[in-house]
Amino acid sequence: MSRFSLYQEEYYPSPLQNTWNEFKQSHIAVLGLWFLTFFIILVLVGPLIAPFDPLTQNIDALLVPPAWEANGGIRNLFGTDALGRDLLSRLIHGCRMTLGISLLLVLVAMLVGVALGAVAGMSRGVRSSILNHLLDSVMAIPTLLIAIIIVAILGVGLVNSMWAIALALIPQFIHNTREFVRQEVKKDYVLAARLDGASKIHLFFYSVLPNMFEMLVVQGTMALSIAILDISALGFLSLGAQAPSPELGVMLSEGLQVAYKSPWSIALPGSAIFIMVLSVNVVGDGLRSALRNRMRH
Amino acid sequence: MTALLAVEDLTFTDVKTQGWFKRPEKFNLGPINFSINAGETLAIIGDNGSGKSLLAKLLVGAEKPSGGTILLNGQKLHYNNIKQRCLNIRMVFQHSNESLNPSITLGSIIEEPLKLNTDLEPEAREEKVKQTLSQVGLMPEHRFFYRHMLSDGQRQRIGLARALVLDPQIIVADEPFAALDPSVRSQTVNLIMKLQRELGLGFIFISHNLGIVRHVSDRTLIMQDGMAIETGKTDVIFNWPKNEYTQKLVNAYQTMVNA
Repeated sequence: MSRFSLYQEEYYPSPLQNTWNEFKQSHIAVLGLWFLTFFIILVLVGPLIAPFDPLTQNIDALLVPPAWEANGGIRNLFGTDALGRDLLSRLIHGCRMTLGISLLLVLVAMLVGVALGAVAGMSRGVRSSILNHLLDSVMAIPTLLIAIIIVAILGVGLVNSMWAIALALIPQFIHNTREFVRQEVKKDYVLAARLDGASKIHLFFYSVLPNMFEMLVVQGTMALSIAILDISALGFLSLGAQAPSPELGVMLSEGLQVAYKSPWSIALPGSAIFIMVLSVNVVGDGLRSALRNRMRH
Repeated sequence: MTALLAVEDLTFTDVKTQGWFKRPEKFNLGPINFSINAGETLAIIGDNGSGKSLLAKLLVGAEKPSGGTILLNGQKLHYNNIKQRCLNIRMVFQHSNESLNPSITLGSIIEEPLKLNTDLEPEAREEKVKQTLSQVGLMPEHRFFYRHMLSDGQRQRIGLARALVLDPQIIVADEPFAALDPSVRSQTVNLIMKLQRELGLGFIFISHNLGIVRHVSDRTLIMQDGMAIETGKTDVIFNWPKNEYTQKLVNAYQTMVNA
């Protein structure tokens, strides 16, 4: 059967393709995406490519400078720290820990926050109003402070700090989802879907959620950079991950003791955190404008 | 013969509280009585704030009436039974732009009522969507498009297609022509009249444009402050208006046409 098609040369890109086409327009965003992909690959296959065990100490090679220094060696590409552990392997494992945990936390916080926010947004009256005012007051406190308070109650440790950061990230997701859902359900297209006989759950998933991705991307990337910074800050203050573990914040605080003799031991984890947060923000910004622009052409 | 749609003593009371110390504002609608037969057109005209849109919302079930009954083919419509209602009474919105979801394709917008209310297979649904699109004068390819790719007139046609896709008996339209320019407006009017002839639809529409009302409608309902002050055959109302307000309206229209 021949298909009647007036525009044979035209093809109809899916929303995802549209977004990607828009995203490609910004070179900086694509560069950020390359960096982010690199980090995510490290998260996935880090242990396979790390040359040494990150915890093995080598007393014969303390504070070896990196390969580009005059007295550095090729064996330890990024040099070693005060206990003779290979910095490259520690960095790879550190990126894996910091970024991997942050991604996990943001995912959990997003799921919980969006679910609660959707319930609050679709319902009316005292219940949703109480939730709203309570969360607004929580949102006024910086997440790191909330995390420190929670850690102070639960006790130090990586798992406790993960709980703390996840809990601290949830309120902003709830708040933003609620506000967004409230705005959207007033619009005519939701009324139209309601008149089609859609239930509240159907309304949320099929009418409101497709419009929410832009907001979720913005909030998600913001939360991801906050989570990375909080995880390493808690590690740095030795409230989160503890000493031997190769977490970037912990590495920074250990390197601080020998900062004058071997500046690379703080420069390397520091710049890893910096590039990670920067690439997350650049990609998030690019995605947001891509999502906004695809509605325009 | 029972009327296609009969409205008996329909009332609605809306109380708006404005702060604690101000007196709450009350708006009463009705009681309103009217009936239309299959293939007939009823026009509702009146001032802003006279309750026209509210009446439309009550008819399609977006608001819950305080009293009275709506009978479809002699059967009572219940507010909670939205399935029964939406298979027979469909709404076309004034702002076609806001009534279409920006993030999903027009095809899935039109398909959604089919998904929710019928047991059709996906292929049959797609066939129905294509057929409805060509019915309203668009092309089957338009189902891959998004809202922002169409003009206002085309969006209004999509709104109409979404209403038509369930093969309803009655279409309620809230100022469907208001946002359109004259040529597109007359195209849309003609399209609706053609569909009405072909499908035998009952058509209820709200309009400020007396020219269109006179051209299209068989009956007219005039509203003021929530009350139906005059109702009857359009010819009769335009030639022998009884109520003072209606006389003013018709006079204003006549002077504009004759000038």
